[in-house]
Amino acid sequence: MPEVKEIRQHKSVVTYLLRFFVIGYLFVLVVWPLSEVVQRTFAPVEANAAGGFGAFLERLQDPSVTYAFGLTVTCAFWAVLINTVFGLGISLLLVRYEFPGRRILSVLVDLPMSVSPVVVGLALVLAYSSGSGWFGESLESVGIFIIGSTPGMVMATAFVSLPLVIREIIPVLEEIGTDAEMAASSLGAHAWQSFRRITLPSIKWALAYGVVLSLARSLGEFGAVKIVSPGAEFRGETATLLIQNRYNNYDESTAYAAAFVLVLAAVLALVVVTFIRRPEDRT
Amino acid sequence: MSIEVKGINKQYGDFVALENINVSLPTGQLTALLGPSGGGKSTLLRIIAGLDTADSGTVSIEGVDATRLPAQKRNVGFVFQHYAVFKHMTVAKNVAFGLEIRKRPKAEVAERVDELLKLVHLSQFAHRLPSQLSGGQRQRLALARALAVEPSVLLLDEPFGALDAKVRKELRDWLRRLHDEVHVTTVFVTHDQEEALEVADEIVVINEGRVEQIGTPDQLYDEPANDFVMSFLGEVTTLEGQLIRPHDIEITVMPQHDDAVQAVVSRSLRIGFEARVQVLTDNGEEVTVVLTRSHARHLGLQAGQTVWVRAAQGALTVPSLRAVPAI
Amino acid sequence: MTNVIAPPAGPARTRRPSGGLFRLSTASGIGLGIGLVWFSVLVLLPLSAVVGAAAAGGWSAFAGTLTDPQTFAALRLTVVEAVLVTVVNAVIGTIVAWVLVRDDFVGKRLLDVVIDIPFALPTIVAGLVLLSLYGPDSPVGFNIVNTRTGIFLALLFVTLPFVVRTVQPVLLEIEVEAEEAAASLGASRFTTFRRVILPSLVPAITAGSSLGFARAISEFGSLVLISGNTPYQTEVASLKILKFLEGDNQAGAAAVAVLLLLVAVVVIVALDILSRRVARRA
Repeated sequence: MPEVKEIRQHKSVVTYLLRFFVIGYLFVLVVWPLSEVVQRTFAPVEANAAGGFGAFLERLQDPSVTYAFGLTVTCAFWAVLINTVFGLGISLLLVRYEFPGRRILSVLVDLPMSVSPVVVGLALVLAYSSGSGWFGESLESVGIFIIGSTPGMVMATAFVSLPLVIREIIPVLEEIGTDAEMAASSLGAHAWQSFRRITLPSIKWALAYGVVLSLARSLGEFGAVKIVSPGAEFRGETATLLIQNRYNNYDESTAYAAAFVLVLAAVLALVVVTFIRRPEDRT
Repeated sequence: MSIEVKGINKQYGDFVALENINVSLPTGQLTALLGPSGGGKSTLLRIIAGLDTADSGTVSIEGVDATRLPAQKRNVGFVFQHYAVFKHMTVAKNVAFGLEIRKRPKAEVAERVDELLKLVHLSQFAHRLPSQLSGGQRQRLALARALAVEPSVLLLDEPFGALDAKVRKELRDWLRRLHDEVHVTTVFVTHDQEEALEVADEIVVINEGRVEQIGTPDQLYDEPANDFVMSFLGEVTTLEGQLIRPHDIEITVMPQHDDAVQAVVSRSLRIGFEARVQVLTDNGEEVTVVLTRSHARHLGLQAGQTVWVRAAQGALTVPSLRAVPAI
Repeated sequence: MTNVIAPPAGPARTRRPSGGLFRLSTASGIGLGIGLVWFSVLVLLPLSAVVGAAAAGGWSAFAGTLTDPQTFAALRLTVVEAVLVTVVNAVIGTIVAWVLVRDDFVGKRLLDVVIDIPFALPTIVAGLVLLSLYGPDSPVGFNIVNTRTGIFLALLFVTLPFVVRTVQPVLLEIEVEAEEAAASLGASRFTTFRRVILPSLVPAITAGSSLGFARAISEFGSLVLISGNTPYQTEVASLKILKFLEGDNQAGAAAVAVLLLLVAVVVIVALDILSRRVARRA
């Protein structure tokens, strides 16, 4: 019988108090400020700024803004691509193979998520900056500059979103086990065929989930990129850096317009993620 | 009377879980609520415990009207199929829980916990966590926890359902002995007729939300009120339109009695100490006959052989139509 | 995860279908090699460079940087704010999870989505979101810029999902029978919560709180616009690192960074141990 047990159905004054407390808390902390952003995007409070959807679009078409979003998308694309390939490989190795240091590696791959973005940026600078980095001079001598250029920003982005794909795939790989793969190889499939026809189909939703999460995280990365990027207009200014610069330079309306686009991207990612979760839950 | 249930009705949406249930259970008795799953017996038990509320009707426990009393105030012990032990508490803490709620002095709690753990043979596990116990041990722990508060009635919902066959049988015998020791009014739900027949003083057969019959195991077995009770309590076969137990059929190789029916053996099978013979009567009935192995050997039954079957002297038969439930 | 090595043809794997591990073949060995090289280039070497830079000046330089009054004030503020936020989240996060799991009302699903928003938003946008309502020319007349309240609010915002999302699944899985058993033993609803439900939530609350604490300690993006960066007043560790870097004091930046790294590592290791212990108990 699918009924909810009575012990959990009972509603007292406390139930209603908690409900209204939670609704109120989330409203004040998240919902109301968020609605205010929408408000300011289409009806800026600045004296000389125009309102409405047209003005919003116009702000986004400013060359410095399109440059910033273009750069953000470029960095995110490469970071996600690298993380997906690396994440798939490392997950398979961690779950399916035995090698010395496996346990340590499995803990270490989780580390980038907990490291402060500023520390990530600093770490990359200390390793690869041509002035003072460990490998800066040798890289400079072969003509490679990482810090202050796009490769450094891609690395910073890849660093912070590195574990997202791995975290999603590993539990699924552990759960499906090796039986089907063993069966496939006993039927004559070699490693690649067994991966493509057995393993990949069963992890595809987890993989998609991880990719969406990485993408969302990459599009929004700020701290690490701020430190490795020159951060000037048309020179390494990504969308998030643009928001900071414009807000500080009293061009709030452009900052809000760019922020609104990123809010939309985040909400879209949330929606996609919910839809990806569904088919997985069903199985 | 310890538990008095009157006119209980319970519906979940369109599904009638219980329909006009009237049962009274005397103090100190061990009663089984027996019936197929989904028949309403667990719901009845939960209503007695106050974990579910009936749509109408009354429940009184020890002469007190408990219909509106919350579970906390009914002083019943409840044992669940899946143990429902508190996983983060040690065995001793689990048993002490109800006593601590009642704010009994520490020394008294410790003494009572000791006593109960001895009773359920878990003394040496007092400081372990439930995850370190086997299923049977967990269920004994749950029982000790329920008994600790000296409940006026003890209710067990399929208490052995999650255990494997061997442990199940051990615990069943043990519950009977325990009840003889503590004498608390006990009601347990089961869908296993063997369990009910072996353990209970009295059995309430419940099917499709209705009480089919109430009686001692012997009464139920010997005088089933209807074909449902008869078929639920043991194997039955049909002979001349009557339900009859397969071992109550007499089989002969010569026509010795006028009322015997002629039949042909279609299959003969030996299972352990007994033999099962399938015969096809002249009027097309498939009848199963159970006889001892030596009797079967003596008759020398083989497939295709002509035999005569009839109900044995004093055999119980019930018309195989659906009978009106008698209460 | 630590299991006996079972070769692909070994009989042991039928017993433990998900536990069997392969030995490295040539191809997977090369794969592992490439993976490790990339992981080292991206993560391990740069992080070592941080430790190296912090250690370069010796212990006295390291300690000197951290005990410098202004740096120390920033570290202390960071820890105090993070602790406060963690305590508030442990309580409110549990309440939010409780309401989302046990209560039922119109719009509950929407609320469930709202929880994820702070996580999904870019940190700089999170800061801007809060400023739109609680910043200069705030419609509610409440300016948090360059205040400790502002830092507190920003940290509360970005750490909202941690406790909620770790407690929620555990709460969903608690057997109703345990609560019924407690009730039939005479426990009131509050006692049942305190003695039966809450103890089984403690590991999840601890895990969520530690994640939130680590995040709060290292938070940067959402504070950039809100914290005015005033020394001794509203300067936190991550912003101090930035200031050091801008002042070309890489050793100073590295010293503070090592501290933040340490917190991150401790939290990860502690959570790993915690989850193993919980798995053993279940």
